[in-house]
Order: sequence, then C-alpha cells, then structure tokens
Amino acid sequence: MSAADTAAATGRAAAAISRKPQKRGAMDGSTRRSRTIRYVLLLLFLLFVLIPVYVVLITSFKTSGDTTAASQWNLPKEWTVEPWRKAWDVLQPYMIRSLSLAIPAAIISSVIGSMNGFVLARWRFPGANIVFAFILFGMFIPYQAVMLPLRTTFTELDVTRGVPTLIIAHCIYGLPICTLIFRNYYATIVPHEIIESARVDGAGLVQTYARIILPISISGFVVTLIWQFTSVWNDFLFALFLTQQNNGPVTLGLAALSGGQKVDYAASMAGALITSFPTLIVYILLGRWFIGGLMAGALKG
Amino acid sequence: MHGRIRTWGPGALVLLPTVLLLGYFVYGLIAWSFNTSLTDRHTARKGPANYVGFENYGNLFTEERFLNSLKNLGVLTVAFIVGTLIFGLLWALLLEKGVPGESVFRSIYLFPMAISMIASGVVWGWLLNPSQGEDARGLNRLFEILHLGFLENAWWTAGSRWTTMLSIALPAIWQLSGYIMALFLAGFRGIPPELREAARVDGASEFKLYRHVLFPQLSPIALSALIILGHMSLKLFDLIYAITGPNQFRTEVPAVYMWNTLLRSDQAKAAAIAIVMLAVVAVLVIPYVAYTVRQESKE
Repeated sequence: MSAADTAAATGRAAAAISRKPQKRGAMDGSTRRSRTIRYVLLLLFLLFVLIPVYVVLITSFKTSGDTTAASQWNLPKEWTVEPWRKAWDVLQPYMIRSLSLAIPAAIISSVIGSMNGFVLARWRFPGANIVFAFILFGMFIPYQAVMLPLRTTFTELDVTRGVPTLIIAHCIYGLPICTLIFRNYYATIVPHEIIESARVDGAGLVQTYARIILPISISGFVVTLIWQFTSVWNDFLFALFLTQQNNGPVTLGLAALSGGQKVDYAASMAGALITSFPTLIVYILLGRWFIGGLMAGALKG
Repeated sequence: MHGRIRTWGPGALVLLPTVLLLGYFVYGLIAWSFNTSLTDRHTARKGPANYVGFENYGNLFTEERFLNSLKNLGVLTVAFIVGTLIFGLLWALLLEKGVPGESVFRSIYLFPMAISMIASGVVWGWLLNPSQGEDARGLNRLFEILHLGFLENAWWTAGSRWTTMLSIALPAIWQLSGYIMALFLAGFRGIPPELREAARVDGASEFKLYRHVLFPQLSPIALSALIILGHMSLKLFDLIYAITGPNQFRTEVPAVYMWNTLLRSDQAKAAAIAIVMLAVVAVLVIPYVAYTVRQESKE
C-alpha cells in the first residue's frame, strides 16, 4: 500500500471500521466458547490500556502526604482538587498560548492544503508528478535535519520567538500532509467529468474551486483540522528548539511542571490530564474523523 | 502554447508558494545542515568556519557514545515494532468478527494515540519507578500487591540494553498499538465477504482461512505499518525526554544525542547527527515515494 493509498483510505477506512461484519447463522457451542475466550482477552487488554488512566486519576486527587509508596494504588484517603488548582495555575498561560497557536496553524495549513490538493488531483499541469514527489518527501523528513538552520533563519528574520514562530513552522511543515490528504480526498470523491464539463463551460480554476470543490470539502477539512490541531498541540520538538519556556506551548509547560528535583506527583498527574483534555475532547467528539485523520496521516508519524 | 499556459498556469501558480516554502524550509535547510556538518563549527561563535570534509561523520562512527545511541535505537526499534504489531494485530483479530460493545473496545484501545508523548511520558516515567520491595512504587508496587514480585525490576535504570530499551518501548507500545489495530481492522473489513464464504465452502478451517486467505490480503497494510513504526521510532524523542530526562547515556538515541550536542553548541556535530538520521529515513522512504508516484502516474 502506498502512502497515497493509505491516505485515500481517509473516510473510507473510518467507515470500514465501523461497518458491522455480516451476520452469520446460529452459533454452535464451539463458536460460543471462542467468543467467550475472545471477550475475556479483550477485557484483559482493556486493563492494560486503562491501568495508567486509573493511577493518574486517583493520584491527581490526592493530598501531597497521600502519595507514598504504600498507598500509591489506593483511592485517595481524602479527595482534594488542590493538585488540579496548582497545575492549572502553572499551565494556564501555556494552555492559552497552545490554543492561539494550534487553531490558526490548523486552519492556515488546511486551507492551503485544500487548494494544493485540488490542483494535484484534478487540475494537473505538466510536471505535477515531480511536484507531488517533492511535497511527499517533505512529509517524511526528521525535523532534526532542518532544526538548527530553522532557528537561525527565524533569528535572522527577527520573528518574535514563541507563538508566531511556531505558527509559521507548523504551517510550513504541515503543508505536505494537508496537501496529500486533500489530494486523495478529491481524487476519490470528485469525478473527472465534473471538472471537465466545468472547464468546457469556461469556468476557471478559482471558479471551479469555489463553486464545485469547496462546498464538498467539509469532511476533508474536518480530517486535516483534527490532524493538524492534534499534532501541533502535542508537538514538543519544535517547541523545545524554537521557543523558551516563558513563551512556549503547553508541552513545555508540562515538562517544566513535572521536571526538576522535587516533583509534586499529584500536580504533575493533574497537569498531564489538563494538557490532554483538548485533544481528548477532539477524539471523543469527532472520533470517526479522528480515525480518518490517523489513516490519512498514516505515514507522517 | 498560449492556450495551454492559460489552462495550466493557474494550477502551477496555486502550488508555487508551497513549492517555494518547502524548497527553502525543507530542501534548502537540509542543504544548510549538510553544509554545517562539513565544517569545524564546534562552538556557537559566529564567523567563518573551515571545511573539514566528512571528518565529523568519521568521528561519529568511531565514537563510543554515538555508537551506543545507534545500538539503543536499534533495540528500541525492534522492541517497539514487534510489540506494537503483535498487540495491534491481536486486538484487530479479536475484534474483526464483531463482539458486543466493539466500539467501546475500539475507542479505549485507540485513545492513547490522542495524548501527547510528553503527557504519557510523565505518567509512564512515574509508573516505571525503579524502587523495589518495601519501597516499590509505580508498576513495581502493583506487582507487589498482585504477588507478582518476580516481575519487579529496575526498568530503564539498570540492567542490559534490552531491559533498558524495552522499558522505553513499553509506553510507546501502549500508545500506538491501538493505531495499528485500527489499520488492520480497516484492512479486515475491507476484504470482500465473498472471499471468506468461498474459502469456507471449499472446506478451509478457520486457521487456514486466516493463513492463506486473509493474511495475504493484509500484507500491504503490514508493510505500511512497518514503515510508519520504523519512522516513528527513529524520531522518538519526547517520550525519552519525559521519562528519563534528556541526559541519560543509558537511554540515549540519536535524536536525543543531537539535542544534547546542540546544548553544548557543537553545531557541526549536531548537524552531522541530524544528517545521519535523515539518511536512515531516506533509505527507507525514497523507494517508497518513487513507487507511490509511479503508481499515481499510471492512474
């Protein structure tokens, strides 16, 4: 499966997962037994996934004296929201910076990606394949390979370190994936004939895009917006290289809260939860598209 | 000719900004990094640097610490890929025929993917506390409570390279198995039901059905999962940073070593490490990109 195939799976794969397997005839004893075994295994694995969640949750509600070795896995002796308040006090400015970073970065790269994707899928020009390869490879580079000169460039451009710098960086490096998602989206849902007949009728690129493509792009946008929002929100590397702690995003805030010599475990667990809420909300509310985004971004990592 | 430009021109124009931006920020900066890696710019000081050819690379590949980071990466990659593939495939197999509450299982298995590596690293760093016995914390304490004392260990802080890097791989596996499950599940559901029916009519056992009919259909997905995971493993940085702190020889991988080198302002060496990382990715990805583009142009 190529990168493009993977990405083409966008909505389709998400839909395929939720498709129910076909019904079969009445179960005999052995299938019932195997179903029970499957169920037990599924529950065991569920525990593996949820164990960290349990311990994080209970710890975040404990008083600082209650996080001793012996009581670590017990419910709080006395429930308190103090760790949450403490973590929130530290993280609040970081959260605001992350929001004011992730939202515009997601929107800008999605919009440009949509137009690029349309051209690459349905308004091709000679050499479009070379441009496609050029963009595709940009998706895979380890950011370490550009990080050092990127910092120098930003210093020379005199862009204020912090949110603006990160918006620019995330927009640029998000372009390949957004372009690719839209390219495959349009290649799947827009028939050649529609574009051809629009051309025959004398519609230019801008008209075709605005009248035909944009109105059917909503689910494509949902996917790229989710993808970009989550990866910008969760980014740590760019944040570390391109900002300082006092103007950095929430990943830096959490690292600061949980690092150092004397760590307040309850507060750092509450902090881990607080910083995860925005992406978790996206995941819960838009789960189907979230999977679509993962499939589409399958190769960005 | 004029008419052709009129039809093609606008499209090319739309892509022009992207091409220019990526030309500079991806390809230009890679060239810049490569150029730096050929110099003796070992301090933050500005001013002209001398070209020393591939000396920095030569030094890297004879340096104990860099070789250590490569070995760590190798072990981590194997553990991470094998672990994630096993869990992901197993979960997909358990779910693919459909069980009651399937969507609940799916959602819970997948949710760690939404969380940042820093957040999960903070949590796992705490779970992987090395204290044992009376003083056991984290997972070791859980083993103590469950009378599984023999499972207690010092995680990444002591023991062989394998124990160390497996401890780092564990959280990564926890985080990404659901993703691989989703890929495989989509694969299973994409197989036409007629194929199964036909095999059953021909009298194939369940095992044979999977072995000879279903798994071969999934090999493209397995390949792409392999590339995704390999690629992620190379870039694993946040998790190690959060669990062990950045300056641990035991868990150092090239991505972390590069950051540490940069902290000492050794630009030429940091650039050389970055270019080595890029080379590893390129070996994996260039054939892949070439293949993809060729497939596309056949369309």
